[in-house]
Amino acid sequence: MTLNELLALARSLSEDIDLVAVARWKERVPGRKAIGHMPTYVPRELIHAAGMLPVGIVGGGDRLEIIRGDAYFQSYICRIPRSTIELALSHRLDALDGLLFPSICDVIRNLSGMWSMLFPDRYVHYVDVPQNFDAAVGGMFWRRELEQLRSDFERIAGVTITDDALRTSIAVYNENRAAMRDLYRARSERPWIYPMSESWHLLRAGNVLPPEEHTKLVRDYLALAPGQADRRDQDRSRVVLVGMFCEQPPHGLVLTLERAGCYVVDDDLLIGLRWLQDDVATGGDPLDQLVDAYLHHSAMSASRYEPDGNRARSLIASVDRNAADGVVFCAPSFCDPALLDQPMLVAGLDRKGIPHTEFKYSEDTGQFAVIREQAGTFSDSIRLWSGAAGS
Amino acid sequence: MTTKEHSMLLQKQMIAGHYDALASAREDGKKVVYTFVPGNLNELVRSFDLLPVLPEINALQSGMRKLSGEYIAEAEKHGHSEDVCTYVKCDIGMLKKGNVGPTGKPLPKPDLLLLSYTGCFTFLKWFELLREEYGDVPVAMLHVPYQANGRIEPHQRDYVVQQLRTEVIPKLEQISGRAFDEERLREMLRLSARAEDDLVWTMESAKRTPSPIDAYFGGVYYIGPIFSAFRGTPEAVEYYAALRREVEERLEAGAGPITPEGPMTREKYRLVVEGPPNWTSFREFWKMFHDEDAVVVASTYTKVGGLYDRGFRHDPGRPLETLADYCLGCYTNLSLPARVDLIERYIREYRADGFLINSVKSCNSFSVGQLLMLRQIEERTGVPGAFIESDLVDPRYFSAANIKNRIESYLQMLDQKQGPASLPVRIDGGAAA
Repeated sequence: MTLNELLALARSLSEDIDLVAVARWKERVPGRKAIGHMPTYVPRELIHAAGMLPVGIVGGGDRLEIIRGDAYFQSYICRIPRSTIELALSHRLDALDGLLFPSICDVIRNLSGMWSMLFPDRYVHYVDVPQNFDAAVGGMFWRRELEQLRSDFERIAGVTITDDALRTSIAVYNENRAAMRDLYRARSERPWIYPMSESWHLLRAGNVLPPEEHTKLVRDYLALAPGQADRRDQDRSRVVLVGMFCEQPPHGLVLTLERAGCYVVDDDLLIGLRWLQDDVATGGDPLDQLVDAYLHHSAMSASRYEPDGNRARSLIASVDRNAADGVVFCAPSFCDPALLDQPMLVAGLDRKGIPHTEFKYSEDTGQFAVIREQAGTFSDSIRLWSGAAGS
Repeated sequence: MTTKEHSMLLQKQMIAGHYDALASAREDGKKVVYTFVPGNLNELVRSFDLLPVLPEINALQSGMRKLSGEYIAEAEKHGHSEDVCTYVKCDIGMLKKGNVGPTGKPLPKPDLLLLSYTGCFTFLKWFELLREEYGDVPVAMLHVPYQANGRIEPHQRDYVVQQLRTEVIPKLEQISGRAFDEERLREMLRLSARAEDDLVWTMESAKRTPSPIDAYFGGVYYIGPIFSAFRGTPEAVEYYAALRREVEERLEAGAGPITPEGPMTREKYRLVVEGPPNWTSFREFWKMFHDEDAVVVASTYTKVGGLYDRGFRHDPGRPLETLADYCLGCYTNLSLPARVDLIERYIREYRADGFLINSVKSCNSFSVGQLLMLRQIEERTGVPGAFIESDLVDPRYFSAANIKNRIESYLQMLDQKQGPASLPVRIDGGAAA
């Protein structure tokens, strides 16, 4: 497969709002089941260990006309719930045998209840992750939640999830997360070879592909991209992009940032797929290992309580680790977690003298002129003034 | 109000006294705990002789006193998004402007932020923001799981109790310098239950026709002491006993609710209301109902601090477990189907003619799903609903003309649906002319 062919495949998967790939996966073996989940963290290993396909649902993006979804939400509520309802009402989610709603915010929380009222025959589960990180307290609670999910998935799939099966799935996802970490590392080192506009599709392909296939896709991309002779370093600013962990920006927005002179060297796009930052141990009790990984190796995100009192720490660490010149806050309109988090992150960046700019989007934003101008000005100012400030 | 009830004067004194105590807390050597209304642990906090501050109450008081617009603008000037909760911005703006409380007296800095993360995601970010503002103030995090299945699961209760034991109580001990006194807590819980009995009796008096109370606009006053700094205190017991006596007297006299426009003389419509009120135009909002002889007989907002009318009472026999159940059971911690069930029961039990949703921009916990709730309730009960939009404390989001128009149109529609047989009930018991 050439790079262009691989990217075309990734793009078709990332834009697969009809879940064609999921339906095909199910058709290949009769009786297969698929469990969807909204953004941020769910224990995909448990779904995989039941022989089911975990499917990330990230709304309809800019490729879906909202006909019925708007009737369910007031104007001041973000777009992802209305497009997700639209997907379901237009039968685009029919390939799913259930849907998980992680505890991101009150919108997604209440959407879980709406789902159970609108689709009473479908499996719905609200995934209540702990905000207490003591193993004997939050860990115990999370273990019980995982036990419930395990039992639910066994019932849906009609199988027993053995510890060995779960250990195997943990290993599969360790490889998948390692591939994504390598992708981010490579992008940070040589963003002109691995631009975010491409990794955007590669990551999103992971929403609908089995993890084994997704890992291979990412690894193949990492091998193929350096072979493109026309990819040369340009005089661009290196930025970290923050705020996209739930409702996704349209691809055009990412392209706009790149055209405005930004190398995106880190971001929180689809952070749920990369939530566990290190490998999960494959020995011992696998549920305990998943609990431990969640408590101690989770990504920092606006939805997760920060007990140490330094909200900006992980963002500043990302800026340092990736030698970024600045931060672009890029959050969906009406996104409580991202927008409430932002003043704390801004304060932390200001204390460190790290430049930043911010704008909002919705998943169907179609006009990028203002964003291009703003990002271009930001990028120019960094390149022009950062050196002067340091000299 | 044109006719001040004794209980209202009593409450006013209690609140003023509390703000006075806060203003002099430093001189008096008292420590202060900031916390939230839903799932508040007032008895536990008070059992350590600590004083609670409830930022939501400060925000709504600022809204009623026309101060919130200025505070919100101040917060937005400091980078807080126009899209997010205005309670938060009102609080942050008040802090930026010197942290002078709604009664004009300064509020002390917190010694502890007790983050009771109950039924509202924004709470988590709110106290993270305050932690950022105040610097070194410790935070006790109490994560209350969501009742997604419509019931309290045993492991959810265990989780909350464990957090009380390992996170909340140790931090309260640390800042107060006192050991946890379980017997003292039990005694306060006994007082809570007594006050809760009288509150429930008062709210359920609205089942009578005509109702002696308004369970939304009047109801927010009735819940004031028990949802805030007074639950578990003798003052709260005294207040609710006084309130009950007043309502009993009104019942005996066949009198209706007392409103800022005076006692209601007719009850034409009995309504159930879902959602918080608007605070910046609270009186104007109430008058719109009063002018149409509409009485609210049950409301969900008055359950954000506990569903006592569904049987919950603080139980001194199991002090930590009862606090856990209290936190888990607050209205905004209920699943949407459970909320629909509750409103349906209210419509039937209180023989309501209609129900109205006041959807507030600030509060996604309340607002997301309300349009679906409206349809579901209409289908189940056959009672038509109305939907209006406003905000908690942002005066920019209260369009009086639009709201009044919507309410009037809705009530006219109810008239047409009910037909000429539906006559307003004169408050003295007969049909009004």
